[in-house]
Amino acid sequence: MSILVGKDTRVLIQGLGRTGQFHTDKAIAYGTQMVGAVHPSRAGTTSRFEGETDHSGVPGRDDVYSVDLPVFATVKEAVAATGANASVVYVPPPFAADAIMEAAAAGLELVVAITEGVPVADMIRAKRYLADKPTRLIGPNCPGVITPGECKIGIMPGYIHERGRIGVVSRSGTLTYEAVYQLTLRGLGQTTAVGIGGDPVNGTNFVEMLAMFEDDPETEGVIMIGEIGGTAEEDAAEFVVNQMTKPVAGFIAGTTAPAGKRMGHAGAIVSGGTGTAEAKIEAMKAAGIVVAETPSDMGEAMAHALG
Amino acid sequence: MKIHEYQAKQLMAERGIPVPEGRVATTIDEAVAAVRPLMEASGNPVVVLKAQIHAGGRGKGTFKEHADLRGVKVVTAGIEGGIGAAEDAVREFATKMLGSTLVTIQTGPEGKVVNRVYVEQGVSIARELYLAVLLDRAVSRNIVMASSEGGVEIEKVAEETPERILKEEVDPAVGLADFQARELAHGLGMSGDETKSFMKFVKALAEVATELDTDLIEINPLVVTSDGRIVALDGKMAFDDNALFRHPAVVAMRDESEEDPAELAAKKTGLNYIKLDGTIGCLVNGAGLAMATMDTIKHVGGEPANFLDVGGGADEEQVTTAFQIITKDPNVKGIFVNIFGGIMRCDVIATGIVAAVKNVGLDVPLVVRLEGTNVEEGKRIIGDSGLDVVAADSLRDGAEKIVGLVR
Repeated sequence: MSILVGKDTRVLIQGLGRTGQFHTDKAIAYGTQMVGAVHPSRAGTTSRFEGETDHSGVPGRDDVYSVDLPVFATVKEAVAATGANASVVYVPPPFAADAIMEAAAAGLELVVAITEGVPVADMIRAKRYLADKPTRLIGPNCPGVITPGECKIGIMPGYIHERGRIGVVSRSGTLTYEAVYQLTLRGLGQTTAVGIGGDPVNGTNFVEMLAMFEDDPETEGVIMIGEIGGTAEEDAAEFVVNQMTKPVAGFIAGTTAPAGKRMGHAGAIVSGGTGTAEAKIEAMKAAGIVVAETPSDMGEAMAHALG
Repeated sequence: MKIHEYQAKQLMAERGIPVPEGRVATTIDEAVAAVRPLMEASGNPVVVLKAQIHAGGRGKGTFKEHADLRGVKVVTAGIEGGIGAAEDAVREFATKMLGSTLVTIQTGPEGKVVNRVYVEQGVSIARELYLAVLLDRAVSRNIVMASSEGGVEIEKVAEETPERILKEEVDPAVGLADFQARELAHGLGMSGDETKSFMKFVKALAEVATELDTDLIEINPLVVTSDGRIVALDGKMAFDDNALFRHPAVVAMRDESEEDPAELAAKKTGLNYIKLDGTIGCLVNGAGLAMATMDTIKHVGGEPANFLDVGGGADEEQVTTAFQIITKDPNVKGIFVNIFGGIMRCDVIATGIVAAVKNVGLDVPLVVRLEGTNVEEGKRIIGDSGLDVVAADSLRDGAEKIVGLVR
């Protein structure tokens, strides 16, 4: 087991531009079942991906791969033709929210939006649109989701991951890699690693992710990596106290961030005295979460939480 | 992106939202020339002179050069002396304000130079209220926030009398409904025509927020005039940078003189840079890791000089620019490069660092920590370059090394 994605996940890519193409190739090399692309201006063609297999991914494959990905005009058509149940969105920011809604309308279970820079108002509307759909949205502005050895959706380097016992959830891409790599070096590994994104309005929050990891029999503990801005970490701490039986470790970035400044991520801002790192760390510690003092200590914090 | 008060009021006025009439001035003569038409149009002998900077707290802020003058000056000389006296007073205060440095609770002790003033009609105030439209992240929607406690800091109201803050969610498919606007009016103690005017006002404001992709609209104070009108006495607007592509008219209002020159230069090259007060320059990929790098430097006893995220796909040119920006800061006594390459390949960043150091020169210690894709190749490039670089194995190791070297 694991969460969100696995060997049965069949993935469409929305937006086969330069970035989308690059990461589709990496995903196929890893062993992800990429089944089609949606890119209206190239509908009816196929796009070839070939190269050397990334053996850190899905085991038991040949050393080289060659895949001809069919390209469709709409998600609906692509789903009908391929039986896809998930999509990854690389569509440019002005059109990304529309792509997310299109994927939801086509009935996909999971949409992972990598695109950075989506207007907040677009996400507000998309989120309302998704409210009565069964689709789960991860992101936007996120590295994606990976279940090591089964399925990689997104831009994370595959080789730092190793299948194991820990669930990882984070608002930051590179900090996810830090945590993942430390877990790999310690032999703890990951069940699934999820970047929920650095935007103020996103598809899935910490609480929802923690609930999924709590229900996943394979996951023995969770690392949660937050940052300044909003109150998602405080909400997560409350959930940990009331609903979680598994050990949780964590880290919060932004202790030294000045108030009123956006620290790279659109959502990383301390405003009006809320969203400070101190408040989040305090809430997490009060909930029994082992909080790492620096990102280099995340693996150790997890080991400590496991006992 | 932020704009000035006078620009926010212009955007509101264009959309039928009542604001006092006013004129912006960049010279003393322009400020004086604004007095007569404004007084004649309103019939009110009072005008208000307001320093225009991108920071709040102007009404209580003081000038470095003129300790007795605040950032907002109500000019009453016209009550007895007529237009001529008002003009003389405006000349006196505009002379003091323009080119002087205003220090408010939001500017920091260094303050901001006032390059323009706004001359506005006086308004006869019966009540001062607070009104804002902003994102509530917990519900993923905009909310309208209103309070009967206008003219004071809303954070203070939230802390001391939270029951006086009213909130209504804006459903993106419906907008702010009439009943919600009515509830707010009722909560603010309004009735009759006042309620009607307020409803019109607040509904229009919620629409402006959606139309213009604002992060925040704050009107503090919103006033009820003695003749029962609802008027925005102040206006603050900030916009979602991600949505500026669809608002050229807003982009045209950008005042680059209000922004930090280094931050502006970084933004133009696609870098995220924020200047801080410490001595250790940081160059990092990823916003979260960049913040965490600053935190770790602080944790091991140093002070970061900046936040700098080169992003996921930086090229040699961007790395060079990043180095230039960091080394230009005279406080910087050492530099820590921290890269966890995912998409960013370590060999690319290493090549960039070597080129940048050769271009820009380097007379402070440099610690580099590389991890991730093509790390061995990256380390080899730096090792072969002959540069005086200290290698680090982890974030913490690197932070300890640079802090040790700077001491």
